[in-house]
Amino acid sequence: MGVDIRVENLNAWYGQVHTLKDVTLHIRENQCTALIGPSGCGKSTFVRCLNRMHETNPIARAEGSVRMGGVDIYHDATPVEIRRRVGMVFQRPNPFPSMTIYENVASGLKLNGYRNRRVLDEVVERSLKQAALWDEVKDDLKKKSGASLSGGQQQRLCIARAVAVDPEVLLMDEPASALDPVSTAKIEDLIFELKSQYTIVIVTHNMQQAARVAERTGFFLIGRLVEFDATDKLFTNPSDKRTEDYITGRFG
Amino acid sequence: MGGNARKLNEDGMISALPERSRHMERAIRLRRSLTNHLVTGLAVLSTIIVLVPLVAILGYLLYKGTSSLNWAFFTKVPAPVGESGGGMANSIVGSGIILAVASVMGIPLGIAGGVYLAEYGRNGLLGNLIRFTADVLNGVPSIVMGIAAYGLIVVHYKFSALAGGVALAIMMVPTITRTTEEMLATVPHALREAALGLGIPKWRTILSVSLRTATPGIITGCMLAFARVAGETAPLLFTAFGNNFWSFKLTQPIAALPLQIYVYALSPYDEWHRLAWAGALVLIVLIMLSVTLVRLYANRGTIKGGH
Amino acid sequence: MLAAALSIFVIVALILWVLIHDSQLSIHAFGWKFFGTSDWDPVNGSFGALPFIYGTLVSSLLALLMAVPLALCVSIFVIDICPPLLRGPISFLTELLAAIPSVVYGLWALVVLVPIMRDSVGPVLEKWLGWTGLFAEPNFGVGMLTASVVLAIMIFPIISSISRDVMKAVPIHQREAALALGATRWEMLRIGVLRNARLGIVGAVILGLGRALGETIAVTMVIGNHPDIVKNLFNPAYTLASVIANEFTEATGDLYVSALIEIGLALFLVTIVVNGIARILVWAVTRGSSTRTA
Repeated sequence: MGVDIRVENLNAWYGQVHTLKDVTLHIRENQCTALIGPSGCGKSTFVRCLNRMHETNPIARAEGSVRMGGVDIYHDATPVEIRRRVGMVFQRPNPFPSMTIYENVASGLKLNGYRNRRVLDEVVERSLKQAALWDEVKDDLKKKSGASLSGGQQQRLCIARAVAVDPEVLLMDEPASALDPVSTAKIEDLIFELKSQYTIVIVTHNMQQAARVAERTGFFLIGRLVEFDATDKLFTNPSDKRTEDYITGRFG
Repeated sequence: MGGNARKLNEDGMISALPERSRHMERAIRLRRSLTNHLVTGLAVLSTIIVLVPLVAILGYLLYKGTSSLNWAFFTKVPAPVGESGGGMANSIVGSGIILAVASVMGIPLGIAGGVYLAEYGRNGLLGNLIRFTADVLNGVPSIVMGIAAYGLIVVHYKFSALAGGVALAIMMVPTITRTTEEMLATVPHALREAALGLGIPKWRTILSVSLRTATPGIITGCMLAFARVAGETAPLLFTAFGNNFWSFKLTQPIAALPLQIYVYALSPYDEWHRLAWAGALVLIVLIMLSVTLVRLYANRGTIKGGH
Repeated sequence: MLAAALSIFVIVALILWVLIHDSQLSIHAFGWKFFGTSDWDPVNGSFGALPFIYGTLVSSLLALLMAVPLALCVSIFVIDICPPLLRGPISFLTELLAAIPSVVYGLWALVVLVPIMRDSVGPVLEKWLGWTGLFAEPNFGVGMLTASVVLAIMIFPIISSISRDVMKAVPIHQREAALALGATRWEMLRIGVLRNARLGIVGAVILGLGRALGETIAVTMVIGNHPDIVKNLFNPAYTLASVIANEFTEATGDLYVSALIEIGLALFLVTIVVNGIARILVWAVTRGSSTRTA
């Protein structure tokens, strides 16, 4: 089951650059929420604040309140704990090349101390099925390396790796932007299936994609959340002129 | 945050991870955290351990060496055994002569080789073979270079500064070739293409564009190679051979600073030990100076878009 | 220019020619037995190189044993744990270690390390680990162990700096993948960096081995120069490079010189092979961007 995310007055900096300004929103559980906006608007930074990956950069800083399922992730939990509960899929697929497909999916489990062969086998199978990759790789699980798959397959492998540890939230930072249209379609189908089990936040450049998969969408511009509403409403009848300009392609 | 609720998906599989007691979860968390801190501690400790010999060596050198350094050290030859007050002037000059010989042979050859690799041999098999051989040659023990110089020169003539210079030159060539190539590789292609596009012939482009741009880096590389061979003893053991007196001829045995330090350190005479320490200090100061200069110079002199 | 570049091959050819040509005498006299017998008695004309092989191998391996863990730990420290400001100074300092000439290491080891090994470290080792037979009297300070310690200090910089290079070459997205799974810092380094850099690190270690095999002057000054093959690490020993350095200028008779040159040939071939393998491994990981020699 997913959890909801309440963000209040989130501010983020890279060194002196103020990349997120007073962002407040409520992401509902078991839904897919999309974040759109032009390059550099802070949507990636925002998403990286949700699993505290933002702070892995030594000059990065964040302030504000982010509560997941009621827990303040900055003050009541450690990054290691949070990242276990929040899975992330990156723009460029990044499977571990020195591990087999099986080992890739099981990597998160092994980190958390799951050693039982049977449990690992079950979870790996379950995760690959969830990621719609099982049929394509089931015979090569332990023979092929994670990096020997095609781009679209690699990304689904990364999704399988992320869901294997049974997170509550799934963050996806432009997961299909480096992929071909067929793979992109597969990933979008996946998101449909997955959102009943996890809370999904997806950053995307592609407005049609947001319209296809997300119940709610947020529009970011120069570090601020300009508008956040049901996807239908945002795209057909935006409240803010800036949103309208972006959607109609006047900039970005 | 929520615990692991069991849920069934359409395949009928239990889609959550097996339940673990809170106790076990905590134990695992503790183990991971402990391992993490242990490794961090080890890493910090190791760094400190490693810096200890550096400080110890340099510190002891300073302590022992400075007390032995005086004006006589830089102007006199070693005193006869049993007497004190000598110096290592002949070794310093001798090193200078040998290094000059080595540089005259090694630097032009090395730079030319590096130019070839960077401008003509970027990707071919020959280029890669040369590159590989140069790198491997850099790892060959320097005493082998001494044997080679011995067999080529000493056997036919005698122990001489020339032989020592040849031995050191053999060591300089691979190093300078590779560093020259590296530096030339940092020259942006756009510069070369601009010159070629203007109709300037390739050899001229190399001279006035590539080499001129990369000159600081190339000088850096030469200085590094120079510093490295300046401290070498083994190749000189049976080429330059050493000399307790003044010698300026290329065809006679000659003293060299590291060589004499070696000989004096192993000797039973206190006076010679004193000279060894002073000599070691001078040697180290010279080498450290060049290494530091090189580092500073290299950081300033590299072109944007390079390393 | 091409000619200049080809000079590299010429140099190798010249070295090989001298080594092979001038060791013919010894090769014909002893054949392969040269490397199998342990009787090195120049006065009586018997030349067996086994003690030197033993000395070289044992001292190098011991040095690796001490240097590799240290080098890896320091590399990890510098690429991740260390505050960014300290990174430059610390790597500079470890490279300073590489710049110290061999003879200076030897001098320091002779005067400072030998007494320490003889009077402080030696007795402790003998007391606690003497039962292994590795640490027994007599202990004069000069010997296999002291030489190994100096070697370890000397090969540390190259192992560390090349490991650092290969670790830095691992793309940052691998680190992020590990962190996003909830890895601790060490776990992130383990599966996101070290695992990917494995081959290169092995290459770095082998390069260190190559350096240790050929190190001459510092070792000669503290190893005792005695062609013995014993278990006791306090015992003096002799390496391939040391015997050449020590006895070449005193060698009387063509056979003696030839035998020493044959040892030089063996040393040359071994270091070429070892360094060749290492360079291939390192190149495979860094795509030729690391040309460090120290």
